[in-house]
Parts: sequence; structure tokens; C-alpha cells
Amino acid sequence: MATVRLPSVLRPDAGGAAELEVSGATLGAVLDEIGMRFPALERRLRDESGALRRYVNFYVDGEECRRLGGTAAALGPGAEVMVIPSVAGG
Amino acid sequence: MDILLAIGTRKGLWLARSSDRRNWEISGPQFPVADVKAVAIDTRRETPGLLAGVLNSHFGPTMVTSDDLGATWSEPDDAPIAFPADTEAALEGVWQLRPGPAAEPDVVYAGVEPSALFRSTDGGRTFELVRGLWDHPHRTEWFPGGGGKALHTIIPHPQDANRMAVAMSTGGVYQTVDGGQSWKPTNTGITAEFLPEPPEYGQCVHKVAAHPSEPDRMYLQNHGGVFRSVDAGQTWQSIADGVPDDFGFPMVAHPHRPGVIYNFPLTASMMRFPPKGRCAVYRSENGGDSWTELSDGLPEQGFWSAVMRDAMCADDADPAGIYFGSRNGEVYASADEGDHWRLVADHLPDVLCVRAAVIG
Repeated sequence: MATVRLPSVLRPDAGGAAELEVSGATLGAVLDEIGMRFPALERRLRDESGALRRYVNFYVDGEECRRLGGTAAALGPGAEVMVIPSVAGG
Repeated sequence: MDILLAIGTRKGLWLARSSDRRNWEISGPQFPVADVKAVAIDTRRETPGLLAGVLNSHFGPTMVTSDDLGATWSEPDDAPIAFPADTEAALEGVWQLRPGPAAEPDVVYAGVEPSALFRSTDGGRTFELVRGLWDHPHRTEWFPGGGGKALHTIIPHPQDANRMAVAMSTGGVYQTVDGGQSWKPTNTGITAEFLPEPPEYGQCVHKVAAHPSEPDRMYLQNHGGVFRSVDAGQTWQSIADGVPDDFGFPMVAHPHRPGVIYNFPLTASMMRFPPKGRCAVYRSENGGDSWTELSDGLPEQGFWSAVMRDAMCADDADPAGIYFGSRNGEVYASADEGDHWRLVADHLPDVLCVRAAVIG
């Protein structure tokens, strides 16, 4: 079971929750379950082809997921996933 | 008379209300860091519905609807517009929202990036891909214009629900007569200065407009060239004599007077500013045979901005109001069909789209 921590801007799409307890062996699996429970939240994080949103970072136990294989990033027991919008926009 | 003017910009949506089209109450921004390229006001119901395509730079595109004139907005849990898995495509943005004909009051169309057409039968809450266009063999050869590869114009036939024209940059104009099952390009006569020979398709058509009572007469602003068709798009003829330059983006048809059209010429194509920095809308009252500059109340010089393809519109009042917004965040309105103009708002972000309608 992983703990997914959400930025304030996305909490309304998670029923107001700042954290979600989500099962899944990989980041992709965690996002799949988020998609079942909160489909609007899931599409803020990745598009319908499964690609992660470019300007959203996912820190898996402190390491950005793209260094760990992206959606294939393995999640150990008690993993923490921090969703943090990247520095972008004008 | 109560007029609603919706203003979509690169950083949010503004709504303006007026009873005389001279004095306005403005509210906004809604969706403050989102690119709003498409807005529609659906006047087919008792309380007009609002629809908007919203692109958040972090969290992607979606579209939202409002049943209370923009006070609140909603989107369904499942993605309102999404490419099916077998297409291996993903929505990059919503460029056009167009309510269907009066005979189909729950039908709404969406034009998106990458170039595709979606259709809703529930008033714009959820949409399905129009496969006939997506599966067209030309699709792999459509390529992006300067702003992206998108379907930006949708013209449902007002009387025949099986007929429709769409346009894309680049790709050109395509039409269906069988409800979207099959499509064919209708670009004969439209130039493409970036290709060695005039092609069957692939033109960078910027905008097409048609009058509801004369749907077979169509008017087109091209990437270089202004054109008219009198045979439902089968052939196109230049109507650029009389405008100071034939580059530009919008093309607007008067809602009640056939043959009355508006555009906003820009110096082609490596300048893309109004000629000599003079802000001016051009109107033809004879389908493009001749044109009149409309600039009373507009900046006479130093206007180094442009008007994008969906940033000019007409309302459905009589006399018609004409509106446009510019990339430097100014919005102007004319209550007398373009003869005189007044500033509605300024210091907004780049205006990408405007839509106006009588709502009461």
C-alpha cells in the first residue's frame, strides 16, 4: 500500500483528500487504481494514452519517477508518492 | 436585451454582460492559469448553456460546462473528450466547440488537437470520436500549422444534419454528406504558399464561415488569401481585392444578412501585424466583391497586435453586435455591425476566442 500525497490544487479532485492510500506494485498500477476511484484526478496526472503529464512530477520515496522508469517505477511496502507540479508556466 | 460576451484567453476566461453593448460588467478570471481556446454559448435551451475548452499547462486539457451562465462549472467524472485506446492518440487541446443544428438540440461538436472531430449527444457533457474523419487516409499527412495540428472550424449544415464542413491547419476543408461516415477534401482554388503546387488538401485554412440562410456560400480566411465559394466549397475564388493584405485569421459571417462578412487583415506572412500598425476590421457587404475599413474607435497607430481565428464573432441580436479580442488583451465591441467600436476590456492576457449571444 502506498501513500500518495497530493498538492492542494488537486485535492478537490480527490474528494478533498490530501493523501490517498492506494495499492499497487508500480506507479502505473497506483495510477490505475486512482483512475478507478477518482477518474478526474487520474487524468490530471496522465493522459488517456497513459503518458504522465509532462509538468507533473512524481517523487517515489524522494526520487523523481522518471529516473526510476516512469510508470514502471516499483513501489515497496509503505512507499510514499509525492505529486508535485513542476516549475513551469508564465 | 441582455448580452453575454465570453472571452477566452491564454490565462483564463472572462465573462462580460451588457444591456446596450456599450457599457459592460466584467467578471473573471475563471480557470486562471488555463488556456481557453474554445468557448460556446448554446442558445438552443431556455437558459443558455456555456461550454469551454480549458487547457491547464500542468494538468492537461478538458472541457467544462455551465448551466448557470458561468457562475459554476462542471465536468463529468470520466473524461468528457478522450481518444479511444486503439487510436494511440491523446487529447492535446480543444480548439472549437460548436452547437449542432436546431433540429438536433442535444448535439454539440468539438474540434481538437491532434486534428479530430468529436460529437456529443448530451448537450456537450460527453463526446465520442467521429471515426469517419479520424480514419481518413489523409490524416497521416495533415501536419501542424504554427499553433498546432488542430481542427478549428466546424460548420454543421443548418437544415441537413448529415452535412457538415470542418477545417484544419493544416489539412484544409473537409466535408461530409453522410453524417460523418465519410469525408472528402473540398479545397479546389485555395492556395498554399508553403507548398510548390496547389494541393488537393493540406492548405493552412485559418477560418471558414457560412451564413445560416445561405449555407452553400462559404467564406474563408487562408494562410495567404481570402476566398469565397458559391457551390458549397466545391470550388473557391479569391475575394482578396480590396483588403490591404490577404493574411489574417478570423472570418465571421453576419448572423442575419447574407453576404456580409468580417475579417482582420494582417501584413503577410512574416510580419503578422495589421498594416502600419493600424487596428482595423474589414467588412464586405457583397460577399467579398468589395471591402470597407471599419476603424472608428479603434487605435489608429501603434497597434502591434493581432486577432486570432476565433477571437472575432458576431452576436445574434438585430442589429448585430460584432466583437473582437487581440493578442495584447484588448476586447472591442460594436453595437452597430462594425460602424463604431468601443473598448470592452483591456490588460487581459492574449485573447484566443470570443463568443457573444443574447441571453435575455
